[in-house]
Amino acid sequence: MISVQGLSVHFGDLKAVDNLSLQIPKNQVRGLLGPNGAGKTTLVKVIATLLQPTAGTVSVGGYSIDSQANAVRSMIGLAGQYAAVDDLLTGRENLEIVGRLYQLPKAEAKRRAEEALERLSLTDAADRLVRTYSGGMRRRLDLGASLVGRPQVLILDEPTTGLDPRTRLDLWDFLRDLVSDGATILLTTQYLEEADELCDRITVIDSGTIIADGTADELKARVGGDLVMASPKRRQDLHRVKELLADIGEGSVRVDENLMTVAVPVESRVTALVKAAQAIDTAGIELSDLGVQRPSLDDVFLAITGTAGNDAAGTNGGQK
Amino acid sequence: MTSVQSTSGPDLITPVPNSQSKPFSGLLNDVVAMTRRNLLRLFRTPQVIVFATIQPVIFVLLFNFVFGGSVQFAPGIEYIDFLIPGILVQTSLFAAGNTAIGLTDDLQKGAIDRFRSLPMHHSAVLIGRTNADALRAALTMTIVCVVGFVIGFRTSHFSGLVLGVLLAIFLSYAFNWVFAAFALYVKDPEAAQAGAFLPVFPLVFAASTFAPVDNMPGWLQPFADNQPVTVTVDAVRALTQGTPAGADVLASMGYSAAIMAIAIPIATRKFKRS
Repeated sequence: MISVQGLSVHFGDLKAVDNLSLQIPKNQVRGLLGPNGAGKTTLVKVIATLLQPTAGTVSVGGYSIDSQANAVRSMIGLAGQYAAVDDLLTGRENLEIVGRLYQLPKAEAKRRAEEALERLSLTDAADRLVRTYSGGMRRRLDLGASLVGRPQVLILDEPTTGLDPRTRLDLWDFLRDLVSDGATILLTTQYLEEADELCDRITVIDSGTIIADGTADELKARVGGDLVMASPKRRQDLHRVKELLADIGEGSVRVDENLMTVAVPVESRVTALVKAAQAIDTAGIELSDLGVQRPSLDDVFLAITGTAGNDAAGTNGGQK
Repeated sequence: MTSVQSTSGPDLITPVPNSQSKPFSGLLNDVVAMTRRNLLRLFRTPQVIVFATIQPVIFVLLFNFVFGGSVQFAPGIEYIDFLIPGILVQTSLFAAGNTAIGLTDDLQKGAIDRFRSLPMHHSAVLIGRTNADALRAALTMTIVCVVGFVIGFRTSHFSGLVLGVLLAIFLSYAFNWVFAAFALYVKDPEAAQAGAFLPVFPLVFAASTFAPVDNMPGWLQPFADNQPVTVTVDAVRALTQGTPAGADVLASMGYSAAIMAIAIPIATRKFKRS
Protein backbone atom coordinates (compact mmCIF):
# COMPACT_ATOMS: atom_id res chain seq x y z
CA MET A 1 0.00 0.00 0.00
CA ILE A 2 2.87 2.34 0.81
CA SER A 3 6.12 1.97 -1.04
CA VAL A 4 9.22 4.00 -0.29
CA GLN A 5 12.31 3.47 -2.44
CA GLY A 6 15.69 5.03 -1.77
CA LEU A 7 14.17 8.09 -0.14
CA SER A 8 16.44 10.95 0.88
CA VAL A 9 15.38 14.28 2.31
CA HIS A 10 18.17 16.74 2.95
CA PHE A 11 17.84 20.16 4.52
CA GLY A 12 21.14 21.74 3.58
CA ASP A 13 23.77 19.59 5.25
CA LEU A 14 21.29 17.82 7.45
CA LYS A 15 20.23 14.43 6.15
CA ALA A 16 16.83 14.11 7.82
CA VAL A 17 16.11 10.94 5.84
CA ASP A 18 18.91 9.14 4.04
CA ASN A 19 18.39 6.47 1.37
CA LEU A 20 15.52 4.82 3.18
CA SER A 21 13.34 2.07 1.71
CA LEU A 22 10.14 0.72 3.19
CA GLN A 23 7.19 -1.42 2.04
CA ILE A 24 3.91 -1.48 3.92
CA PRO A 25 1.31 -3.98 2.71
CA LYS A 26 -2.43 -3.36 2.79
CA ASN A 27 -4.18 -3.53 6.15
CA GLN A 28 -0.94 -3.60 8.08
CA VAL A 29 -0.27 -1.41 11.07
CA ARG A 30 3.29 -0.26 10.83
CA GLY A 31 5.00 1.50 13.69
CA LEU A 32 7.79 3.95 13.07
CA LEU A 33 9.80 4.07 16.24
CA GLY A 34 12.60 6.46 17.01
CA PRO A 35 13.72 9.33 19.24
CA ASN A 36 13.02 13.00 18.48
CA GLY A 37 14.92 14.09 15.40
CA ALA A 38 15.23 10.55 14.04
CA GLY A 39 13.45 11.55 10.83
CA LYS A 40 10.01 10.09 11.60
CA THR A 41 8.05 13.27 10.99
CA THR A 42 10.02 14.05 7.84
CA LEU A 43 9.23 10.62 6.42
CA VAL A 44 5.56 11.01 7.32
CA LYS A 45 5.40 14.44 5.68
CA VAL A 46 6.83 13.06 2.44
CA ILE A 47 4.32 10.22 2.34
CA ALA A 48 1.49 12.67 3.08
CA THR A 49 2.62 14.82 0.08
CA LEU A 50 3.59 17.74 2.31
CA LEU A 51 7.28 17.64 1.55
CA GLN A 52 9.20 17.08 -1.68
CA PRO A 53 11.92 14.46 -1.37
CA THR A 54 15.50 15.23 -2.37
CA ALA A 55 15.76 11.82 -4.01
CA GLY A 56 13.85 8.56 -4.25
CA THR A 57 10.33 7.51 -5.13
CA VAL A 58 7.30 7.14 -2.91
CA SER A 59 3.89 5.78 -3.83
CA VAL A 60 0.65 5.17 -1.97
CA GLY A 61 -1.84 2.69 -3.37
CA GLY A 62 0.17 2.68 -6.59
CA TYR A 63 -0.07 6.46 -7.03
CA SER A 64 3.10 8.52 -7.06
CA ILE A 65 3.27 11.27 -4.43
CA ASP A 66 5.01 13.36 -7.02
CA SER A 67 2.96 13.13 -10.21
CA GLN A 68 -0.36 11.92 -8.75
CA ALA A 69 -0.39 13.81 -5.48
CA ASN A 70 -4.13 14.46 -5.49
CA ALA A 71 -4.92 10.78 -5.97
CA VAL A 72 -2.68 10.05 -3.00
CA ARG A 73 -4.38 12.77 -0.96
CA SER A 74 -7.80 11.32 -1.55
CA MET A 75 -6.59 7.97 -0.16
CA ILE A 76 -4.88 9.19 2.98
CA GLY A 77 -5.92 10.72 6.27
CA LEU A 78 -3.33 12.59 8.29
CA ALA A 79 -3.41 13.32 12.01
CA GLY A 80 -0.50 15.13 13.55
CA GLN A 81 1.11 15.40 16.94
CA TYR A 82 0.18 19.05 17.18
CA ALA A 83 -3.53 18.39 16.62
CA ALA A 84 -4.29 20.63 13.67
CA VAL A 85 -7.82 21.59 14.57
CA ASP A 86 -9.28 25.06 14.64
CA ASP A 87 -9.60 26.55 18.11
CA LEU A 88 -12.13 29.12 17.01
CA LEU A 89 -14.50 26.69 15.34
CA THR A 90 -16.72 24.11 16.96
CA GLY A 91 -15.88 20.45 16.64
CA ARG A 92 -18.67 20.01 14.13
CA GLU A 93 -17.61 23.00 12.03
CA ASN A 94 -14.07 21.68 11.92
CA LEU A 95 -15.18 18.36 10.49
CA GLU A 96 -17.76 19.81 8.11
CA ILE A 97 -15.21 22.12 6.53
CA VAL A 98 -12.84 19.21 5.98
CA GLY A 99 -15.74 17.32 4.39
CA ARG A 100 -16.50 20.22 2.08
CA LEU A 101 -12.84 20.33 1.08
CA TYR A 102 -13.19 16.69 0.05
CA GLN A 103 -15.78 17.97 -2.43
CA LEU A 104 -18.61 16.30 -0.55
CA PRO A 105 -22.08 17.75 -0.98
CA LYS A 106 -23.25 19.72 2.05
CA ALA A 107 -25.59 17.03 3.37
CA GLU A 108 -22.96 14.32 3.02
CA ALA A 109 -20.34 16.49 4.76
CA LYS A 110 -22.77 16.98 7.63
CA ARG A 111 -23.54 13.29 7.80
CA ARG A 112 -19.90 12.26 7.90
CA ALA A 113 -19.07 14.89 10.49
CA GLU A 114 -21.87 13.57 12.67
CA GLU A 115 -20.67 10.01 12.15
CA ALA A 116 -17.06 10.85 13.06
CA LEU A 117 -18.15 12.81 16.14
CA GLU A 118 -20.20 9.86 17.28
CA ARG A 119 -17.46 7.38 16.64
CA LEU A 120 -15.02 9.40 18.70
CA SER A 121 -17.54 10.12 21.49
CA LEU A 122 -17.52 13.83 20.83
CA THR A 123 -21.23 14.26 20.13
CA ASP A 124 -21.87 16.07 23.41
CA ALA A 125 -19.09 18.55 22.74
CA ALA A 126 -19.81 18.88 19.02
CA ASP A 127 -21.13 22.43 19.17
CA ARG A 128 -18.59 23.83 21.59
CA LEU A 129 -15.59 25.81 20.41
CA VAL A 130 -12.51 23.62 20.24
CA ARG A 131 -10.76 26.16 22.46
CA THR A 132 -12.69 24.64 25.36
CA TYR A 133 -11.62 21.05 24.58
CA SER A 134 -9.17 19.04 26.65
CA GLY A 135 -5.97 17.73 25.07
CA GLY A 136 -7.48 14.30 24.59
CA MET A 137 -10.62 15.70 22.95
CA ARG A 138 -8.56 17.77 20.56
CA ARG A 139 -6.56 14.73 19.61
CA ARG A 140 -9.75 12.79 18.99
CA LEU A 141 -11.16 15.56 16.85
CA ASP A 142 -7.92 15.70 14.87
CA LEU A 143 -8.25 12.00 14.26
CA GLY A 144 -11.90 12.53 13.33
CA ALA A 145 -10.87 15.12 10.75
CA SER A 146 -8.53 12.58 9.19
CA LEU A 147 -11.42 10.10 8.93
CA VAL A 148 -13.95 12.34 7.19
CA GLY A 149 -12.55 11.40 3.79
CA ARG A 150 -12.82 7.70 4.66
CA PRO A 151 -9.16 7.11 3.96
CA GLN A 152 -7.71 3.72 3.14
CA VAL A 153 -4.42 4.78 4.62
CA LEU A 154 -4.12 6.58 7.93
CA ILE A 155 -0.92 8.41 8.74
CA LEU A 156 -0.61 9.26 12.40
CA ASP A 157 2.30 11.29 13.69
CA GLU A 158 2.71 10.54 17.39
CA PRO A 159 -1.03 10.25 17.94
CA THR A 160 -0.83 9.76 21.70
CA THR A 161 2.11 11.95 22.73
CA GLY A 162 1.13 13.96 25.76
CA LEU A 163 -2.09 12.08 26.45
CA ASP A 164 -2.95 10.57 29.79
CA PRO A 165 -2.89 6.76 29.99
CA ARG A 166 -6.67 6.35 29.99
CA THR A 167 -7.15 8.47 26.87
CA ARG A 168 -4.29 6.65 25.22
CA LEU A 169 -5.98 3.30 25.79
CA ASP A 170 -9.24 4.60 24.30
CA LEU A 171 -7.41 5.82 21.24
CA TRP A 172 -5.70 2.46 20.81
CA ASP A 173 -9.06 0.71 20.88
CA PHE A 174 -10.37 3.07 18.28
CA LEU A 175 -7.41 2.48 15.99
CA ARG A 176 -7.91 -1.28 16.32
CA ASP A 177 -11.49 -0.81 15.12
CA LEU A 178 -10.26 1.03 12.06
CA VAL A 179 -7.84 -1.75 11.27
CA SER A 180 -10.62 -4.31 11.41
CA ASP A 181 -12.47 -2.11 8.90
CA GLY A 182 -9.56 -2.59 6.52
CA ALA A 183 -7.45 0.50 7.04
CA THR A 184 -3.70 0.54 6.61
CA ILE A 185 -2.00 2.56 9.32
CA LEU A 186 1.42 4.12 9.54
CA LEU A 187 2.05 5.56 12.97
CA THR A 188 5.08 7.13 14.53
CA THR A 189 5.74 6.85 18.20
CA GLN A 190 8.39 7.25 20.83
CA TYR A 191 6.80 4.59 22.98
CA LEU A 192 7.88 1.00 22.53
CA GLU A 193 4.82 -0.07 24.45
CA GLU A 194 2.51 1.64 21.98
CA ALA A 195 4.24 0.07 19.01
CA ASP A 196 4.05 -3.27 20.80
CA GLU A 197 0.30 -2.98 21.45
CA LEU A 198 -0.81 -1.75 18.05
CA CYS A 199 1.65 -2.59 15.34
CA ASP A 200 2.00 -5.68 13.19
CA ARG A 201 5.48 -4.63 12.37
CA ILE A 202 7.89 -2.06 13.74
CA THR A 203 10.56 -0.11 11.92
CA VAL A 204 13.11 1.56 14.15
CA ILE A 205 14.78 4.59 12.64
CA ASP A 206 17.55 6.81 13.86
CA SER A 207 19.39 9.62 12.11
CA GLY A 208 17.24 9.13 9.02
CA THR A 209 18.01 5.47 8.41
CA ILE A 210 16.41 2.19 9.40
CA ILE A 211 18.37 0.49 12.16
CA ALA A 212 15.97 -2.38 12.84
CA ASP A 213 12.79 -3.82 11.43
CA GLY A 214 10.63 -6.65 12.66
CA THR A 215 7.67 -7.69 14.75
CA ALA A 216 7.45 -6.54 18.33
CA ASP A 217 8.51 -9.98 19.52
CA GLU A 218 11.55 -10.01 17.28
CA LEU A 219 12.64 -6.64 18.56
CA LYS A 220 12.01 -7.61 22.14
CA ALA A 221 14.06 -10.72 21.71
CA ARG A 222 16.95 -8.45 20.83
CA VAL A 223 16.30 -6.31 23.86
CA GLY A 224 15.81 -9.18 26.28
CA GLY A 225 12.17 -8.94 27.29
CA ASP A 226 10.65 -8.06 30.66
CA LEU A 227 12.51 -8.05 33.94
CA VAL A 228 11.31 -8.84 37.44
CA MET A 229 13.02 -6.55 39.91
CA ALA A 230 13.18 -6.75 43.67
CA SER A 231 14.78 -4.48 46.28
CA PRO A 232 15.29 -5.98 49.76
CA LYS A 233 15.22 -3.65 52.74
CA ARG A 234 18.38 -5.06 54.29
CA ARG A 235 21.63 -5.35 52.40
CA GLN A 236 22.39 -8.80 53.79
CA ASP A 237 19.27 -10.17 52.01
CA LEU A 238 20.60 -9.25 48.54
CA HIS A 239 22.27 -12.59 48.03
CA ARG A 240 19.26 -14.61 49.20
CA VAL A 241 16.93 -12.64 46.88
CA LYS A 242 19.32 -13.27 44.02
CA GLU A 243 19.08 -17.03 44.60
CA LEU A 244 15.28 -16.93 44.74
CA LEU A 245 14.94 -14.92 41.55
CA ALA A 246 17.43 -17.12 39.72
CA ASP A 247 14.96 -20.02 40.17
CA ILE A 248 12.12 -18.01 38.66
CA GLY A 249 13.84 -16.14 35.82
CA GLU A 250 15.11 -17.18 32.43
CA GLY A 251 18.59 -15.71 32.32
CA SER A 252 21.43 -14.35 34.37
CA VAL A 253 20.49 -12.38 37.45
CA ARG A 254 21.80 -8.84 37.70
CA VAL A 255 22.54 -7.36 41.09
CA ASP A 256 23.10 -3.66 41.63
CA GLU A 257 24.84 -3.26 44.99
CA ASN A 258 24.43 0.51 45.05
CA LEU A 259 20.74 0.66 44.26
CA MET A 260 20.16 -2.57 46.18
CA THR A 261 18.20 -4.10 43.32
CA VAL A 262 18.11 -7.60 41.91
CA ALA A 263 16.75 -8.09 38.36
CA VAL A 264 16.13 -11.14 36.24
CA PRO A 265 14.71 -11.54 32.72
CA VAL A 266 11.41 -13.45 32.69
CA GLU A 267 9.15 -14.97 30.09
CA SER A 268 5.72 -14.30 31.53
CA ARG A 269 5.83 -11.23 33.64
CA VAL A 270 2.67 -11.79 35.65
CA THR A 271 3.35 -15.40 36.56
CA ALA A 272 6.93 -14.60 37.40
CA LEU A 273 5.94 -11.67 39.58
CA VAL A 274 3.47 -13.76 41.54
CA LYS A 275 6.03 -16.53 42.01
CA ALA A 276 8.68 -14.06 43.10
CA ALA A 277 6.34 -12.47 45.63
CA GLN A 278 5.41 -15.83 47.09
CA ALA A 279 8.99 -17.11 47.26
CA ILE A 280 10.33 -13.97 48.90
CA ASP A 281 7.45 -13.82 51.33
CA THR A 282 7.90 -17.48 52.30
CA ALA A 283 11.58 -16.79 52.90
CA GLY A 284 10.56 -14.02 55.29
CA ILE A 285 12.51 -11.28 53.53
CA GLU A 286 11.28 -7.72 53.78
CA LEU A 287 11.22 -5.78 50.50
CA SER A 288 11.19 -2.08 49.82
CA ASP A 289 10.08 -2.63 46.25
CA LEU A 290 9.02 -5.36 43.86
CA GLY A 291 7.89 -4.97 40.29
CA VAL A 292 8.16 -5.66 36.59
CA GLN A 293 10.25 -3.52 34.32
CA ARG A 294 9.51 -3.51 30.63
CA PRO A 295 12.21 -2.65 28.14
CA SER A 296 12.08 1.00 27.14
CA LEU A 297 12.87 2.58 23.81
CA ASP A 298 16.21 3.38 25.36
CA ASP A 299 16.84 -0.31 25.92
CA VAL A 300 15.98 -1.01 22.28
CA PHE A 301 18.52 1.51 21.13
CA LEU A 302 21.04 0.21 23.59
CA ALA A 303 20.56 -3.30 22.30
CA ILE A 304 20.61 -2.36 18.61
CA THR A 305 23.21 0.37 18.39
CA GLY A 306 25.08 0.14 21.63
CA THR A 307 24.24 3.79 22.30
CA ALA A 308 21.16 5.26 23.88
CA GLY A 309 18.83 7.28 21.67
CA ASN A 310 19.14 11.00 22.32
CA ASP A 311 15.81 11.89 23.75
CA ALA A 312 14.48 8.46 24.35
CA ALA A 313 15.60 8.33 27.94
CA GLY A 314 12.84 9.12 30.34
CA THR A 315 10.03 9.38 27.79
CA ASN A 316 8.79 5.95 28.63
CA GLY A 317 11.32 4.55 31.03
CA GLY A 318 10.67 1.56 33.18
CA GLN A 319 7.22 0.83 34.36
CA LYS A 320 6.63 -0.71 37.72
CA MET B 1 2.32 -2.64 -3.88
CA THR B 2 -1.28 -3.39 -4.68
CA SER B 3 -3.28 -0.66 -6.28
CA VAL B 4 -6.74 0.28 -5.12
CA GLN B 5 -8.67 -2.01 -2.80
CA SER B 6 -10.46 -5.10 -3.88
CA THR B 7 -11.49 -6.59 -0.56
CA SER B 8 -14.19 -4.87 1.38
CA GLY B 9 -13.98 -3.12 4.65
CA PRO B 10 -17.46 -1.89 5.29
CA ASP B 11 -17.30 1.81 5.67
CA LEU B 12 -13.87 3.21 5.29
CA ILE B 13 -13.16 2.38 1.76
CA THR B 14 -15.35 4.61 -0.34
CA PRO B 15 -13.05 6.52 -2.63
CA VAL B 16 -13.55 10.25 -2.50
CA PRO B 17 -14.32 12.24 -5.62
CA ASN B 18 -11.25 14.17 -6.59
CA SER B 19 -11.53 17.93 -6.84
CA GLN B 20 -9.39 17.93 -9.96
CA SER B 21 -12.08 16.06 -11.86
CA LYS B 22 -14.32 19.13 -11.71
CA PRO B 23 -11.80 21.92 -12.12
CA PHE B 24 -13.92 25.00 -11.88
CA SER B 25 -16.84 24.09 -9.61
CA GLY B 26 -14.30 22.29 -7.44
CA LEU B 27 -12.21 25.42 -7.04
CA LEU B 28 -15.29 27.51 -6.32
CA ASN B 29 -16.44 25.00 -3.70
CA ASP B 30 -13.04 25.07 -1.98
CA VAL B 31 -12.81 28.86 -2.07
CA VAL B 32 -16.26 29.19 -0.51
CA ALA B 33 -15.39 26.67 2.22
CA MET B 34 -12.09 28.37 3.02
CA THR B 35 -13.57 31.88 2.97
CA ARG B 36 -16.33 30.77 5.29
CA ARG B 37 -13.85 29.16 7.64
CA ASN B 38 -11.71 32.28 7.82
CA LEU B 39 -14.71 34.56 8.37
CA LEU B 40 -15.96 32.36 11.21
CA ARG B 41 -12.54 32.60 12.79
CA LEU B 42 -12.36 36.37 12.32
CA PHE B 43 -15.69 37.01 13.97
CA ARG B 44 -14.76 34.87 16.94
CA THR B 45 -11.54 36.70 17.68
CA PRO B 46 -12.40 39.63 19.94
CA GLN B 47 -9.10 41.45 19.26
CA VAL B 48 -9.80 41.32 15.55
CA ILE B 49 -13.30 42.67 15.94
CA VAL B 50 -12.08 45.48 18.17
CA PHE B 51 -9.30 46.25 15.74
CA ALA B 52 -11.64 46.13 12.77
CA THR B 53 -14.38 48.31 14.26
CA ILE B 54 -13.27 50.50 17.15
CA GLN B 55 -9.86 51.45 15.82
CA PRO B 56 -11.06 53.10 12.59
CA VAL B 57 -13.82 54.85 14.51
CA ILE B 58 -11.19 56.29 16.85
CA PHE B 59 -9.20 57.44 13.84
CA VAL B 60 -12.23 59.20 12.40
CA LEU B 61 -13.05 60.96 15.67
CA LEU B 62 -9.46 61.75 16.54
CA PHE B 63 -8.46 63.21 13.22
CA ASN B 64 -11.68 65.10 12.78
CA PHE B 65 -11.90 66.72 16.21
CA VAL B 66 -8.19 67.05 17.06
CA PHE B 67 -6.75 68.11 13.73
CA GLY B 68 -9.87 69.15 11.87
CA GLY B 69 -10.20 72.39 13.83
CA SER B 70 -6.62 73.53 13.57
CA VAL B 71 -5.56 72.40 10.12
CA GLN B 72 -6.53 74.83 7.41
CA PHE B 73 -5.84 73.77 3.90
CA ALA B 74 -8.11 72.60 1.15
CA PRO B 75 -10.38 75.53 0.40
CA GLY B 76 -14.00 74.80 -0.22
CA ILE B 77 -14.07 71.38 1.50
CA GLU B 78 -14.98 70.49 5.07
CA TYR B 79 -12.25 68.50 6.82
CA ILE B 80 -14.64 65.58 7.52
CA ASP B 81 -15.39 65.32 3.81
CA PHE B 82 -11.66 65.35 3.16
CA LEU B 83 -10.96 62.84 5.92
CA ILE B 84 -13.46 60.02 5.28
CA PRO B 85 -12.00 58.97 1.89
CA GLY B 86 -8.57 58.93 3.56
CA ILE B 87 -9.76 56.76 6.43
CA LEU B 88 -11.44 54.35 3.99
CA VAL B 89 -8.14 53.74 2.22
CA GLN B 90 -6.14 53.68 5.45
CA THR B 91 -8.53 50.96 6.62
CA SER B 92 -7.86 48.92 3.54
CA LEU B 93 -4.11 48.83 4.21
CA PHE B 94 -4.36 48.25 7.95
CA ALA B 95 -6.76 45.38 7.33
CA ALA B 96 -4.30 43.75 4.95
CA GLY B 97 -1.84 43.23 7.81
CA ASN B 98 -4.34 40.76 9.17
CA THR B 99 -3.73 38.46 6.23
CA ALA B 100 -0.13 38.03 7.33
CA ILE B 101 -1.12 37.37 10.92
CA GLY B 102 -3.87 34.89 10.03
CA LEU B 103 -1.77 32.96 7.58
CA THR B 104 1.29 32.64 9.83
CA ASP B 105 -1.01 31.51 12.61
CA ASP B 106 -2.40 28.75 10.39
CA LEU B 107 1.09 27.74 9.34
CA GLN B 108 2.26 27.46 12.90
CA LYS B 109 -0.73 25.57 14.25
CA GLY B 110 -0.55 22.93 11.53
CA ALA B 111 -3.82 23.94 9.82
CA ILE B 112 -1.97 24.49 6.55
CA ASP B 113 -0.47 21.00 6.76
CA ARG B 114 -3.95 19.56 7.08
CA PHE B 115 -5.22 21.48 4.05
CA ARG B 116 -2.23 20.41 2.01
CA SER B 117 -2.90 16.79 2.81
CA LEU B 118 -6.44 17.09 1.41
CA PRO B 119 -7.34 16.51 -2.25
CA MET B 120 -8.47 20.10 -2.60
CA HIS B 121 -7.39 23.00 -4.80
CA HIS B 122 -4.53 24.33 -2.73
CA SER B 123 -4.82 27.79 -4.23
CA ALA B 124 -8.12 28.02 -2.34
CA VAL B 125 -6.16 28.30 0.91
CA LEU B 126 -4.71 31.66 -0.14
CA ILE B 127 -7.77 32.84 -2.05
CA GLY B 128 -10.03 32.02 0.90
CA ARG B 129 -7.72 33.94 3.20
CA THR B 130 -7.50 37.08 1.05
CA ASN B 131 -11.25 36.97 0.34
CA ALA B 132 -12.17 36.82 4.00
CA ASP B 133 -9.85 39.70 4.84
CA ALA B 134 -11.28 41.79 1.99
CA LEU B 135 -14.79 41.15 3.33
CA ARG B 136 -13.64 42.18 6.76
CA ALA B 137 -12.26 45.40 5.28
CA ALA B 138 -15.62 46.00 3.59
CA LEU B 139 -17.35 45.70 6.96
CA THR B 140 -14.92 48.14 8.54
CA MET B 141 -15.40 50.62 5.70
CA THR B 142 -19.15 50.47 6.15
CA ILE B 143 -18.73 51.32 9.81
CA VAL B 144 -16.41 54.22 8.92
CA CYS B 145 -19.05 55.62 6.54
CA VAL B 146 -21.81 55.36 9.14
CA VAL B 147 -19.72 57.08 11.82
CA GLY B 148 -18.72 59.69 9.24
CA PHE B 149 -22.33 60.44 8.43
CA VAL B 150 -23.16 60.77 12.13
CA ILE B 151 -20.48 63.42 12.70
CA GLY B 152 -21.13 65.43 9.57
CA PHE B 153 -19.72 63.70 6.51
CA ARG B 154 -21.84 64.60 3.50
CA THR B 155 -21.79 63.54 -0.10
CA SER B 156 -24.28 64.25 -2.80
CA HIS B 157 -22.82 61.47 -4.92
CA PHE B 158 -23.91 58.26 -3.28
CA SER B 159 -22.97 56.06 -6.21
CA GLY B 160 -19.57 57.76 -6.14
CA LEU B 161 -19.16 56.70 -2.52
CA VAL B 162 -20.06 53.10 -3.34
CA LEU B 163 -17.61 53.12 -6.22
CA GLY B 164 -14.97 54.66 -3.96
CA VAL B 165 -15.44 51.95 -1.34
CA LEU B 166 -15.13 49.29 -4.05
CA LEU B 167 -11.91 50.91 -5.21
CA ALA B 168 -10.54 50.84 -1.65
CA ILE B 169 -11.55 47.17 -1.27
CA PHE B 170 -9.79 46.36 -4.52
CA LEU B 171 -6.61 47.99 -3.21
CA SER B 172 -7.07 46.14 0.08
CA TYR B 173 -7.37 42.86 -1.80
CA ALA B 174 -4.13 43.56 -3.67
CA PHE B 175 -2.29 44.30 -0.41
CA ASN B 176 -3.78 41.13 1.12
CA TRP B 177 -1.79 39.20 -1.46
CA VAL B 178 1.36 41.16 -0.69
CA PHE B 179 1.01 40.24 2.97
CA ALA B 180 0.13 36.65 2.14
CA ALA B 181 3.43 36.35 0.28
CA PHE B 182 5.22 38.13 3.13
CA ALA B 183 3.68 35.72 5.67
CA LEU B 184 4.84 32.68 3.73
CA TYR B 185 8.41 33.95 3.95
CA VAL B 186 8.50 35.00 7.61
CA LYS B 187 6.26 32.15 8.90
CA ASP B 188 6.17 33.53 12.46
CA PRO B 189 3.04 35.38 13.68
CA GLU B 190 4.90 37.90 15.85
CA ALA B 191 7.34 38.73 13.08
CA ALA B 192 4.45 39.00 10.64
CA GLN B 193 2.62 41.41 12.90
CA ALA B 194 5.65 43.62 13.39
CA GLY B 195 6.82 43.40 9.79
CA ALA B 196 3.44 44.01 8.23
CA PHE B 197 3.16 47.52 9.63
CA LEU B 198 6.59 48.73 8.56
CA PRO B 199 5.63 49.36 4.93
CA VAL B 200 2.05 50.31 5.82
CA PHE B 201 2.87 53.39 7.89
CA PRO B 202 4.86 55.38 5.31
CA LEU B 203 2.34 54.42 2.63
CA VAL B 204 -0.60 55.63 4.69
CA PHE B 205 0.94 58.76 6.21
CA ALA B 206 3.18 59.99 3.39
CA ALA B 207 0.06 60.36 1.29
CA SER B 208 -2.95 62.60 0.91
CA THR B 209 -4.77 60.44 3.50
CA PHE B 210 -5.01 62.99 6.32
CA ALA B 211 -3.47 66.16 4.86
CA PRO B 212 -2.74 67.53 1.38
CA VAL B 213 0.54 66.47 -0.18
CA ASP B 214 1.22 70.12 -1.18
CA ASN B 215 2.14 70.96 2.43
CA MET B 216 4.80 68.22 2.64
CA PRO B 217 8.54 68.87 2.09
CA GLY B 218 9.63 69.00 -1.51
CA TRP B 219 11.73 65.82 -1.39
CA LEU B 220 8.77 63.78 -0.21
CA GLN B 221 6.24 65.11 -2.68
CA PRO B 222 7.18 63.06 -5.76
CA PHE B 223 6.68 59.85 -3.76
CA ALA B 224 3.68 61.08 -1.79
CA ASP B 225 1.96 62.40 -4.88
CA ASN B 226 2.18 59.25 -6.98
CA GLN B 227 2.05 56.26 -4.65
CA PRO B 228 -0.98 53.96 -4.65
CA VAL B 229 -2.53 55.25 -1.42
CA THR B 230 -2.59 58.89 -2.57
CA VAL B 231 -3.91 57.95 -5.99
CA THR B 232 -6.70 55.90 -4.43
CA VAL B 233 -7.56 58.49 -1.76
CA ASP B 234 -7.71 61.21 -4.43
CA ALA B 235 -9.94 59.00 -6.55
CA VAL B 236 -12.35 58.31 -3.67
CA ARG B 237 -12.35 61.99 -2.74
CA ALA B 238 -13.15 63.05 -6.29
CA LEU B 239 -15.86 60.39 -6.56
CA THR B 240 -17.56 61.54 -3.35
CA GLN B 241 -17.20 65.24 -4.21
CA GLY B 242 -18.35 64.86 -7.78
CA THR B 243 -15.14 66.28 -9.27
CA PRO B 244 -13.44 64.60 -12.27
CA ALA B 245 -12.08 61.30 -11.00
CA GLY B 246 -11.33 59.27 -14.12
CA ALA B 247 -7.55 59.48 -14.18
CA ASP B 248 -7.13 58.67 -10.47
CA VAL B 249 -9.63 55.83 -10.64
CA LEU B 250 -7.77 54.24 -13.53
CA ALA B 251 -4.41 54.81 -11.85
CA SER B 252 -5.66 53.22 -8.63
CA MET B 253 -7.04 50.19 -10.44
CA GLY B 254 -3.80 49.95 -12.40
CA TYR B 255 -1.78 49.95 -9.17
CA SER B 256 -3.96 47.27 -7.60
CA ALA B 257 -3.80 45.10 -10.70
CA ALA B 258 -0.02 45.51 -10.96
CA ILE B 259 0.47 44.68 -7.28
CA MET B 260 -1.61 41.52 -7.71
CA ALA B 261 0.21 40.56 -10.89
CA ILE B 262 3.42 40.49 -8.86
CA ALA B 263 2.22 39.30 -5.46
CA ILE B 264 -0.14 36.48 -6.49
CA PRO B 265 2.48 34.44 -8.42
CA ILE B 266 5.07 34.96 -5.67
CA ALA B 267 2.66 33.90 -2.93
CA THR B 268 1.34 30.94 -4.91
CA ARG B 269 4.79 29.65 -5.79
CA LYS B 270 6.05 30.06 -2.24
CA PHE B 271 2.98 28.23 -0.94
CA LYS B 272 3.54 25.31 -3.27
CA ARG B 273 7.17 24.95 -2.27
CA SER B 274 7.11 25.45 1.45
